[in-house]
Amino acid sequence: MRIRSKRWSTTRAILAVAVAASLAVSGCSMDGAKSADTKGPDATVRVNSTEPQSGLVPSDTNEKGGGQVIEMLFDGLYDYRPDGTPELANAESVETTDNQNFLVKLKRDWAFTDGTPVKASNYVRAWNFGAAGKNLQKQQDFFAPIDGFDEVKGKDAPATELRGLRVIDDYTFSIRLAAPNIDFKLALGFYPFSPLPDVFFTEGKEKFGQNPVGNGPYKLKRWRHNVQLETVRNETYKGAKPKNGGITFIMYESYDAAYTDILSGNLDLQDELPDSALGSFRKTFGDRAITRPTAQTQSFVIPQFLQHFGADEEGRLRRQAISMSINRPQIIEKVFRGMRNPSVDFTAQAIPGWRADLPGNETVKYNPELAKQRWAQANAIKPWTGAFQIAYNSDGGHKVWVDAVTNQVKNTLGIEASGKPYATFKQIRDELTKKTLTAAGRNGWQGDYPTQLNFLVPNYVTGGGSNDGDYSNPQFDALIDQAESTLDPVKSTELVNRAQEILLRDLPIIPMWDYIQAAVVGEGVRGELTWNGRPDYPNMTKE
Amino acid sequence: MARYLLSRLGQLVIVFFGATLLIYALVFLVPADPIAALGGDRKLPPEIVEGLRAQYHLDQPFLVQYWYYIKGVFSLDFGTSFSGQPVWDVMKRAFPVTVNLALIALAVETILGIFFGVLAGLKKGKLFDTSILFVSLIIIAVPIFVLGFVAQFVFGIKLEWFPVTVGGNLDFYHLLLPGIVLGLVSFAYVVRLTRSQVSQNLTADYVRTATAKGLPRSRVVLVHVLRNSLIPVVTFLGADIGALMGGALVTEGIFNIPGVGGTIYQAIIRGEAATVVSFVTVLIVIYLICNVVVDLLYAALDPRIRYA
Amino acid sequence: MPDNHTYPGQERFVAAADDVVVGAIDAVDQDAEPTGFWKTAWLQLKVRPLFWVCVALLALILLIVLFPSVFAFGKDPHYATLERSMLPVSGEHWFGTDMQGHDIYARTIYGARASVIVGVLTTAAVVVIGGLLGATAGFFGGWLDSLIARLSDVFFGVPLMLAAVVVMQMVTSRTVYSVVLVLAIFSWPQIARIARSAAISIRNEEYIDASKSLGASKVRTLFTHVIPNCLGPVIVVATVALGVFIVTEATLSYLGIGLPESSISWGMDIASGQPRLREGSPILFFPAGALALTVLTFMMLGDVLSDALDPKARKR
Repeated sequence: MRIRSKRWSTTRAILAVAVAASLAVSGCSMDGAKSADTKGPDATVRVNSTEPQSGLVPSDTNEKGGGQVIEMLFDGLYDYRPDGTPELANAESVETTDNQNFLVKLKRDWAFTDGTPVKASNYVRAWNFGAAGKNLQKQQDFFAPIDGFDEVKGKDAPATELRGLRVIDDYTFSIRLAAPNIDFKLALGFYPFSPLPDVFFTEGKEKFGQNPVGNGPYKLKRWRHNVQLETVRNETYKGAKPKNGGITFIMYESYDAAYTDILSGNLDLQDELPDSALGSFRKTFGDRAITRPTAQTQSFVIPQFLQHFGADEEGRLRRQAISMSINRPQIIEKVFRGMRNPSVDFTAQAIPGWRADLPGNETVKYNPELAKQRWAQANAIKPWTGAFQIAYNSDGGHKVWVDAVTNQVKNTLGIEASGKPYATFKQIRDELTKKTLTAAGRNGWQGDYPTQLNFLVPNYVTGGGSNDGDYSNPQFDALIDQAESTLDPVKSTELVNRAQEILLRDLPIIPMWDYIQAAVVGEGVRGELTWNGRPDYPNMTKE
Repeated sequence: MARYLLSRLGQLVIVFFGATLLIYALVFLVPADPIAALGGDRKLPPEIVEGLRAQYHLDQPFLVQYWYYIKGVFSLDFGTSFSGQPVWDVMKRAFPVTVNLALIALAVETILGIFFGVLAGLKKGKLFDTSILFVSLIIIAVPIFVLGFVAQFVFGIKLEWFPVTVGGNLDFYHLLLPGIVLGLVSFAYVVRLTRSQVSQNLTADYVRTATAKGLPRSRVVLVHVLRNSLIPVVTFLGADIGALMGGALVTEGIFNIPGVGGTIYQAIIRGEAATVVSFVTVLIVIYLICNVVVDLLYAALDPRIRYA
Repeated sequence: MPDNHTYPGQERFVAAADDVVVGAIDAVDQDAEPTGFWKTAWLQLKVRPLFWVCVALLALILLIVLFPSVFAFGKDPHYATLERSMLPVSGEHWFGTDMQGHDIYARTIYGARASVIVGVLTTAAVVVIGGLLGATAGFFGGWLDSLIARLSDVFFGVPLMLAAVVVMQMVTSRTVYSVVLVLAIFSWPQIARIARSAAISIRNEEYIDASKSLGASKVRTLFTHVIPNCLGPVIVVATVALGVFIVTEATLSYLGIGLPESSISWGMDIASGQPRLREGSPILFFPAGALALTVLTFMMLGDVLSDALDPKARKR
């Protein structure tokens, strides 16, 4: 049947133009590179990740997606073994007698992937760059202990070099801290302390960030933004050689999609299991499911400015009552299928120095009668009004446990309690800063390096960088100060735990649990998780 | 015709400015400091926050920020995201993927939708019609995040007919299942609309005349009834393209597609006005062009409509 | 002599003379009431059994919305305790319990209210705004048409989900009305387009000319003739849209930007039930089933209404 009419031919013409135009657009930049599935000692291991939120510059990266790539591309003075203990990497030795002055001697045969040697100047220049305010590096705070930091940290500060860093010769430099700090040496394994090659300073951070040159076990092969980032083994690396030929980080917005991919064999390891898989992953993967307690905690902060929860007797009673009305083991069993450890202090089980029996830790254990008692005592001081809410960001999968917690509080204390979802964490942070938040706020901490002080100093010391609730207790500050400046690690731990007893009484945050990280691997793949929950990528193998 | 096109183009420019201003204002009105949020769960040092805010002009009043953005647009600089990527590059990567996805969805909903709609309209009241209605009901009533998940599970994991995710494999085969899922709800709309139009038009006088004239049934239906039934359907399809491209957010998440929907969503969450405005404006422009095409098609389909 | 032979492809329409009683056709009841547009529609509707089925279902839904405690037999939908997490269907919990320990049957009954209100209010807003604007644009044409069409372009070109994310972030206290507002503001162009294209087709009909020549003002013509005739396609899309709005609320809840925590809706329960699918737990089936049933009722009603209101069909 032929349709003969002017209308039809016009229609056809219009449609043809439209189709051609859309095909032209869709044809642009459509290279479909596949993620190869290889095996053996040179195999490429495919893992899940998220798109790095900045260029790959060590002192500017503060999130997991970028951080785990940087850890593969760069190596610093120390490395952390999977259990968190440090071992010398690029450094030959780091000597100190007083935890305030350090002499660093570098190994002489290390080089960046562009051939240039790793010298003392590469470290000093990199750290100066990170500390100087005008460079706007997000990890600037890590250089704070170094002498001279206050002079360089401002945006328009005239000085750009830290007084406390001095290059002595090509492979030696010295560090002086503003005050003795027992943790600093351990912190040196954290990636913001990586060295930067000379080309960084000639190219600039924008260009370098897209194509970084490092001294680590891997080097960057190709970065397809929002799709995947491919790395290959660095054959000139002087440290322990990786057991595979390269890591490909595949970017996902949703953990569910990543889980689906590992179920179909498109991924070799997945380390952030979605909520939906917690009940079934052990059965599905059997011994290919790996778990490990990690240095990551979850809690919620009750700000000091919240009504009824101020820094007085009433506030303290109420905080303890709330904390004791929560049955942590029950939530862990029903909601997380056992993938958490209930918190009994303010650090994590995986951290050296952790104790399960700190005096005063009844305040973080389920005790409904005592909870009701304390609440009633608080009501005698001032009657309770309103509802208790916990603010959380809906894009993090927190609704389930927040609802469970508020239900328990409701059922135990008989008050109105519920979760308060916000679209993003940024709004909660904003209201915390402006002190307009009318609820408790979800909180958490991931250890940068495996020490108790790393968990306590930024969060609970007066004016601490992450002290969201404005908690301030001079006795606590004093004990922490002492703990930082003693030279004896055993004494330091004792002081830290004495400080924690204060926290257990004041409860600036209500600790909930620390994480047991779970990951699953594909057929024939072997891998381990490390102390901070990240997989040990260089030691992964594929048969 | 030429005058008509020119006047439409002129309106397009006005809409462009209006839309960019509106969206910029919306993102601006979200009460939270996007720079402070770059610290994630932790606070950034205050000097860094100040410095970054100045870098992105976020310390300026709203109209100044808007002016910076518009100035950049004229030199094809659509701003920079907080991660340092030029927005133009981000758009270049995301749009082709989404256009492909939308085209697949469009093809599914157009071809299959009209086909089943016509059949249902012809056999109105019979079993086929009722089952089509039932299927379209299920498609509409089940939310897309369930539909997508089930489709991925059944057709991808269990039956292995399709790849389960897209990721870096941006070819037709990988985009096929997500495209179908994306087009499902629109397919249901098209089927129902076609069906109702066809069944109504079958009772019109001219159909009776044509049949009485001796024309074969197939010609009556395909040439005369179909052409008149298609006007509301074409309307719907033209409007749907924009929705398909920008609204694929959930589908992109499930199938891991690096397209427009997910990119805009992340940009909104982060408060990146430049990215959001650029993407949404391009979407609106595409949608407007589709409208012009649709209006021209009206003239072709319905002789009573003429553009002087 | 009538020719009774039919050629291939031809259908026989001419009745044999003996079958037709001329007198019956010419007899008109002079005293009968004149039937108008709506009355005719009602007469057609009355006789269809499907219409009454829809009315019955609607009444049931309405009763559940208004008196949930009766239908839930006193079960409390807000009470939850982890001891009762994920219990299967039983005599005590007819639909089982969800992860927090809520009774799913009670939540499904109480969830009707929020879901149906979102659907009905949004549809009403969208039909009124979109229908009026669209019909006006289509009928009057000219610069008014261009203005309204471009305005609807701006709103329709912004994807609904993304607009919802932005708006929900702006609003500090979310209520049912904020969800309705967001959905309505970005969905009215859909109806407007349909109404506009219908109005354009109608504008050249003869009865419009007749009305004009009788001296009716354009506005009166708009309301008396154009809008009722636009109703057919608008109703078809609106009844489907009602279901879609209820479902969209579910997707908004899935993204975390839907109804506030204190309310109960099918959407929220479907969204929180979805992660449980991997374990093989079908708890989302119950609210999803209730939603599907409601959507079905409205859609069937829409079909029936559009058949009755369709001007072309009435020529039969």
